[in-house]
Amino acid sequence: MNLTSSEAITGSISYPVTIDIKGLNHYFGHGDLKKQVLYEIDLSIASGEIVLLTGPSGSGKTTLLTLLGGLRSAHEGSLKILGQEMRGATKNQLLKTRCNIGYIFQAHNLLSFLSARQNVRLSLELHDHYTDADCDRLVDEMLTAVGLGDRLDYYPDQLSGGQKQRVAIARALVSSPKIILADEPTAALDRKSGRDVVEIIQKLAKERHCTILLVTHDNRILDIADRLLYMEDGRLVKDKTE
Amino acid sequence: MPKKTPLSWLLLARQKSRLVVAIAGIAFADILMFMQLGFQSGLYDAAIKPHRSLDADLVLINPKFQTLISVKSFRRERLHQTLSVPGIDRVSALYIGTGQWRNSETRTSRAILVWGVEPGKPSFKLPDVEGQLNQISLLKTVLFDQAGRPEYGPVASWLEQAGKSVEVEMSDRLLNLSGVFTLGASFAADGNAIVSDSTFLHLFPERDASNIDVGLIQLKPGTDPLKIQAILAAELPKDVRVLTVEEFANVEKQYWAEGTGIGFIFGLGAVMGFIVGIVIVYQILYSDVSDHLSEFATMKAMGYSNLFLVRVLIGEALILAVIGFLPSLVLAMGLYQLTYSATLLPIFMKLDRAVTVFVLTMVMCSASGAIAMQKLYEADPADIF
Repeated sequence: MNLTSSEAITGSISYPVTIDIKGLNHYFGHGDLKKQVLYEIDLSIASGEIVLLTGPSGSGKTTLLTLLGGLRSAHEGSLKILGQEMRGATKNQLLKTRCNIGYIFQAHNLLSFLSARQNVRLSLELHDHYTDADCDRLVDEMLTAVGLGDRLDYYPDQLSGGQKQRVAIARALVSSPKIILADEPTAALDRKSGRDVVEIIQKLAKERHCTILLVTHDNRILDIADRLLYMEDGRLVKDKTE
Repeated sequence: MPKKTPLSWLLLARQKSRLVVAIAGIAFADILMFMQLGFQSGLYDAAIKPHRSLDADLVLINPKFQTLISVKSFRRERLHQTLSVPGIDRVSALYIGTGQWRNSETRTSRAILVWGVEPGKPSFKLPDVEGQLNQISLLKTVLFDQAGRPEYGPVASWLEQAGKSVEVEMSDRLLNLSGVFTLGASFAADGNAIVSDSTFLHLFPERDASNIDVGLIQLKPGTDPLKIQAILAAELPKDVRVLTVEEFANVEKQYWAEGTGIGFIFGLGAVMGFIVGIVIVYQILYSDVSDHLSEFATMKAMGYSNLFLVRVLIGEALILAVIGFLPSLVLAMGLYQLTYSATLLPIFMKLDRAVTVFVLTMVMCSASGAIAMQKLYEADPADIF
């Protein structure tokens, strides 16, 4: 059963729609090997919502996430991110949209040859409107906010898994993106670190009115969601608004 | 606009062992190129040192002249004909032949280049020759090049022990060795000896006095050699050729560069060094990209363009070029010194060669970077999820 829901979250101010998907279909492969992986996805996410996406492996969650991140081109249907129609967009338009999105991966993917500070700064250097002093200040503030104020110049190989993920979060959030896409951010972490990580994400997101779409298998963190979406076999099955 | 983090530099600085390997590889390739080009240059320089030591502004030679070891003569009167042109101060004749120098200690003979000069007239501008020219006007007197190969015997020490002059044998004739000078061995000559023109004709009776090998022309001060060259070229018949000293040296150089396999062999050696360098740097850059593929893909996800990453890679390649070149320069100079002590061949670092190898290093590293770039395109942000 597909749900089309574009209601704002109950109990909060109505924000504009950040992500708007209508009739999205996606395929992999060509010719005889062509396989459909997403079926008629309809979804609207408002600014500031925290949406969790769960489902079995192979359900298409990651594919949907990559489409939402502008990392893949949309084939059929309409996919609007921050007002930009992604289907048929030029490479430059995709690039520009990506600058407004923060990514948190399961593997932190920090650059091993940069310190925590330098890794986070990399995210800010994409935007021309920051000054040098701004960059340094924002980076230090962000790292302090995630609890790594005393590890600013540490390199990834000197940090624990949880700490590395926190640097990745700082990197994703420092430029105050409108959307955060997270793919299994707690999968490689223990219970405490995982909990810390999602709480940081939640707190910072609420402070900055960031929309969050988080793909996860982790049952321990489902309570932070404003909305819980369930995917199976390429379809959005359940939408539990809490 | 914020100051950008220097990714190219940090990629290298933070991976010390990879950096060391890369520098070693580039230095090795550079040293190969330096040695090949250095040997080639040293050999050419040695071959033309006699030409450059001639005390003349212009020279006359037989148009068929290619190299000192197979000299073609021309008529002496051509040299005297030039005196009619205003601006010419003095002329003198040079005979060149190959003699057999006998080493009295080992009882063996070896070929030696013999120069027959007119005493009292311009010949060589080597300082240690000029002072001894009056001595060779005495018949059967010879000056010996002490910078020739050691197989001729410790000639300089013979002279020292004897004090004044020593009897030596050349081409089965006894001569008086009255002094030594310094010129140097080369392709054409393992050694040199200078005698007067009369002594030369005594040593080589088959030679005709009216056929000389090189005509030396000295111009009056302030005269333009190129102007006189043009006048002479027009006036003289086609059985002689008028050249500046540099052009004369180039004729010899060209013979060895193109007439023999030397230019090709050393050129090929340098090219191989270049290719080795490309392969080594490519390996380094390729493995760098592979190892950081997901990190680069993350950067692409964040919004960095492919072009940006390409620039980082090229930056890395160029930094490597500079850091790898510097030790090779120092090591090459050391190797040149070593070569000189072993072979007596004068090889020195020259600015144009250093610049050439540096430019080749930059090209080599950029080319590797360009090929390694292909790997970068595989960094697909969609795949890291």
